Amino acid sequence: MTANLALVLTASVLVAAGVYLVLERSLTRVLIGIILISNGVNIAFLVAGGPAGGAPIVGVTEPARMSDSLPQAMVLTAIVITLGITAFLLAMAYRSWQLTGHDEVQDDVEDAAIRRLAVADAESRSYDDGDDDERAPMPEARP
Amino acid sequence: MTAASLVPLPVVLPLLGAGVALALGRWAHAQRAVSVVALSASVAIAAILLVSADSQGPLVVWIGGWPEPLGISLVADRLSALMLLVSATVTLAVLVYSLGQGVADGTRDTPLSIYHPTYLVLSAGVANAFLAGDLFNLFVGFEVLLAASYVLMTLTGTGERIRAGTTYVVVSLLSSLLFLTAIALVYAATGTVNLAQLSGRLADLPDGVSLILQLLLLTTFSIKAAVFPLSAWLPDSYPTAPAPVTAVFAGLLTKVGVYAIIRTQTLLFPDSPLTDLLMWAALLTMIVGILGAVAQSEIKRMLSFTLVSHIGYMVFGVALATTAGLAGAIFYVVHHITIQTTLFLVAGLVERRGGSTSLNRLGGLATASPILGVLFFVPAMNLGGIPPFSGFLGKAGLLQAGVAADRPLAYLLVAGGVVTSLLTLYAVAKAWNLAFWRAAPAEILEPAGTARGSADEPGPPPATPVALPAAMVAPTAGLVLVGVALSVVAGPLFGVADRAAADLRERSPYVESVLPGGVP
Repeated sequence: MTANLALVLTASVLVAAGVYLVLERSLTRVLIGIILISNGVNIAFLVAGGPAGGAPIVGVTEPARMSDSLPQAMVLTAIVITLGITAFLLAMAYRSWQLTGHDEVQDDVEDAAIRRLAVADAESRSYDDGDDDERAPMPEARP
Repeated sequence: MTAASLVPLPVVLPLLGAGVALALGRWAHAQRAVSVVALSASVAIAAILLVSADSQGPLVVWIGGWPEPLGISLVADRLSALMLLVSATVTLAVLVYSLGQGVADGTRDTPLSIYHPTYLVLSAGVANAFLAGDLFNLFVGFEVLLAASYVLMTLTGTGERIRAGTTYVVVSLLSSLLFLTAIALVYAATGTVNLAQLSGRLADLPDGVSLILQLLLLTTFSIKAAVFPLSAWLPDSYPTAPAPVTAVFAGLLTKVGVYAIIRTQTLLFPDSPLTDLLMWAALLTMIVGILGAVAQSEIKRMLSFTLVSHIGYMVFGVALATTAGLAGAIFYVVHHITIQTTLFLVAGLVERRGGSTSLNRLGGLATASPILGVLFFVPAMNLGGIPPFSGFLGKAGLLQAGVAADRPLAYLLVAGGVVTSLLTLYAVAKAWNLAFWRAAPAEILEPAGTARGSADEPGPPPATPVALPAAMVAPTAGLVLVGVALSVVAGPLFGVADRAAADLRERSPYVESVLPGGVP
């Protein structure tokens, strides 16, 4: 099988850009990242389908020159699923903005609790070695 | 064959029911009736499928009547049918529980008119994943159940649930994208996504290519199954959902991942069991998970950590790649679906009766509500692996298989399994002592800085103890009894698990019944 280099490059650029965005903290950016990755994966399906050919309709194209229609059917399914989930994530981002005024992905409750304990410990007398300048206060947990 | 024509029904019936329930959104009674009927029918059909798959071999349906390798196939072999039966039973019990909760809360259309349709879609997705005969249909099954789970997870859209739901949705989406990538690569390498066809074609690939495909699929399913390095999302997101939702998630969703691991490992990659890698993953899952559970002071979070931890037992059985190991894993999945769901339902009852699930605030529940004490104690001991119960039998089966493997790493895992079992017992015994056995706390304040209540629950927390509605206790008691019955029928159940594992190792029963004309 010969792969189409342009498609492979497009897919990898899309996925790379998407991964960068997914690592962001704002849910909207994460969402855009996920859309980019999913488009990249969809293009990977086109690569998997082999070389482009004619429309796979009997009577229009000879069977030997037809393009493989199966991966395209899969891509269609994947696009529909991504569309639905994107709408749901947008609703969640909007709800998060309604409730908190931002749509940043918040910390795990457990992480926040551990951090509060750590902050409490840093200020306890048992740790006081008399050199206060070196100990910058830890950032407060996000409310 | 008539039984084969039943195979699509566990997927179709709940989906149809979901549509009808959505249309009946204004009539809560009709909606409830539709849900109960659809899920009861699923249980009955799953039982018939299990009996016929056990006696006649795998049942196969090619949807739409396409010629054999082209269409979409649904396959119910022993493993699929067994999983289907257990999952349908548990889903039905949880549905009845949530009905009881809705009636008890006095709101006629509770929890929400969207709850029933979504719940039915979830069960259709689970059934589709169990029955899927090709990778892409497995993906669709996963997506259906995940999309439904996103909605159930964020039901009512409170701040806490949106926060936990964000992590859950994003992690699940990334695993789905990984799965899609794997499917694209599998198709590019072999030209098919049908599992039976793949079982022949993947063997012809160069080792490196096949290993990459295997690792991609394994990573995908490990995220869904919450195997250790990929498990961090679970304990954070599950406890915030409503009790029945958490119960069904804990029972089913991770087990669908485990099922997919079992299926792909045995059917697609039998020559590369990756025993060492999976064993380390299993060991770390067990130990890290249970240490998390020991550290928790909140029942739902503690149970979520034991859930992660006990996934390790199943991965251990898969890693052994022997018939005994697989049989142990299958038995353990059945046991764990039932018990974990029961415990989360009981946690919901505790929250209702005691007004909290924090062990720092609970106390004296054994005298306040003896029946709740029994309902918690029996499955908790079952989970901890006390002898007469199925938890002990499942662990014993796995440990025997581990000893029979006779490798240093397998012995290490046997030791790890015993330690995990003891620590599980410690964790649930701690919960029992604090919440049930000690005197009711007059006024126990949580230590400053760790205060975390169930503030996301709408309405004021019940200051005075409320009586438990019988409609919630009955399904919980039913599931407790099912859990106990698992040890009564352990012999036949192990028999089915053994035969299912032998089929999986053999591969030919599955492949030959899907493609009777030979692998094209």
